[in-house]
Amino acid sequence: MGEVITVVDKKAQPNVAQANLDIFSSTLQELASTDRQILAVTSDSRGSGKLVPFGQKYPAQLIEIGIAEQNLVGVAAGLASTGKKVFAVSPACFLTARSFEQIKTDVAYSNNPVKLIGISAGVSYGALGSTHHSLHDFAALRAVHNLIVVAPADNFETEQAIRLAAQAEHPIYIRFGKKAMPLLSEENQEFDFGKGRVICEGDDLVLIGTGETVYPALQAARQLEATQGIRSTVISMHTIKPLDYDLLANVAAKGCPILTVEEHSVFGGLGEACASFLMMNGFRNRFKIMGIPDEYTVTGSQVEIFNHYGLSEDGIAKEAVTLINR
Amino acid sequence: MTQQELARKSVLYRKNILKYIVGAKAGHTGGSLSCIDILNVLYNYVLNVSPETAKSPTRDRYIQSKGHTVEALYVVLADKGFFPESDLETLCQYKSHYIGHPTKKVAGVEQNTGSLGHGMSLSVGTAISAKLDDLAYRVFTLLGDGELPEGSNWEAALLAAQYKLDNLCAIVDKNGLQISGPTADVCSTDPLDRKFEAFGWAVRHVDGHDFQALTDAFDSLPFEPGKPSLIIAHTIKGKGISYMENQLKWHHGVPNPEQYVLAQDELAEAEMALQ
Repeated sequence: MGEVITVVDKKAQPNVAQANLDIFSSTLQELASTDRQILAVTSDSRGSGKLVPFGQKYPAQLIEIGIAEQNLVGVAAGLASTGKKVFAVSPACFLTARSFEQIKTDVAYSNNPVKLIGISAGVSYGALGSTHHSLHDFAALRAVHNLIVVAPADNFETEQAIRLAAQAEHPIYIRFGKKAMPLLSEENQEFDFGKGRVICEGDDLVLIGTGETVYPALQAARQLEATQGIRSTVISMHTIKPLDYDLLANVAAKGCPILTVEEHSVFGGLGEACASFLMMNGFRNRFKIMGIPDEYTVTGSQVEIFNHYGLSEDGIAKEAVTLINR
Repeated sequence: MTQQELARKSVLYRKNILKYIVGAKAGHTGGSLSCIDILNVLYNYVLNVSPETAKSPTRDRYIQSKGHTVEALYVVLADKGFFPESDLETLCQYKSHYIGHPTKKVAGVEQNTGSLGHGMSLSVGTAISAKLDDLAYRVFTLLGDGELPEGSNWEAALLAAQYKLDNLCAIVDKNGLQISGPTADVCSTDPLDRKFEAFGWAVRHVDGHDFQALTDAFDSLPFEPGKPSLIIAHTIKGKGISYMENQLKWHHGVPNPEQYVLAQDELAEAEMALQ
């Protein structure tokens, strides 16, 4: 964590890490070039959503709402009801709190297939503080029926998620941050909502991350193997809902400890979703949830906040060893 | 449909609203009776919707923001042939699709509503889409005066003017009463016309029970090119049943058997007078 990663043109250097936000932006622009039904709907967020070029190229496909997130989601739902492929783009903190009822009622309950794009999610806004953090969104949206909840980990997952979302006929929430995220794997793996992605396999430990915590989990796994010979299975559980129960059951059957890692409150997110499944299905693996504790976060950048709460290579490795030895 | 025919329809609709509310032992009686003449004119005079065109991309859209008066919508949709009227015998019953707020599970309903302050944004999005595709359909939404303090209405009102949505018409069923008392005493939104005009809308007042006034207003849409239109329909809560009119307790009061007979007698008289 914390290393400086230079962001360059993806086509020139396809393996250089970019922010998932940039991948979202370039993918949406590409899709919009051949599909006039695609709309980006923004709440004065075209800049933070990296959609300025989109708006310049396809002005008729960018609907500006102004800073009014309730209206953003309601209008997006109205547009989607007419067959438009609508991406409603707004900071995750506001999109999922200010307009929660519009998500629940106008999008999910009315089954208007809006793609809700939560940008600068989790603690991406760092020192801007708790107003700008979204550490509640998994918990809140998991409880909303008829909504897929996704946190892609790397550029590959982000691109795949946006492409799938564009064609989906049901509501989806996708959240990501703005930090450059290295690819988790060089292999072209299959991607589908609701199917967790196994990055590497080992029988001593299972690390399950989502979004921007998968990469430090993978780094921790590499460190544990190099320094202590502990071999881990690392999973990118990009879809929080519906959770990949088959994959969970398969890895839990190994009997080894399971550590979940998320950029979210420890309440109601990935970890508790996994825990409830495991407990209800008779698995008794040692288990720990890593995330943001129930407090207003320490002031700092995203990296500093991750480090503070142990959502780092070293922090995850340390917690894993404690869990293995418990 | 002529004014006389519209008037007769409204009597029928009022009879059915009461019939099914009494059957369900639940419903928003007063508000359904205040908005039914508006719905009557919309579905029998204005909207180009029918069961045959229910999925047509060019159909007009009606989105009921004041979802709690769903009984008025259900009886009109049944009359228009979207579903058998007998379905309404299951209103609010276990496992019925006919719940106490609009739901798309019921044929003819465009959006699920019920939480107040949602119809405007949904309508604005639907109207923007028509502009984008250069389609001629229009979007209508019905709001209660009691729901106007919801801030989302005003967010949407601003945007409707920004996008010059002269294909959008909002109608306020201004019956002046909400569950806690007179709307003016709860959280007044008067002067409503000047507020909406300041937001960039063109506004007209009508008597919401005068079919000529209603059809004239709808015939005049848009009131100004390039502006969304607001019809402030002055209505009477409980209209048509004298003992209910302007009486707060009929917000969601259900007539007992004696009251029901009185109401149906009054409506029978109204029907006779229209023969």
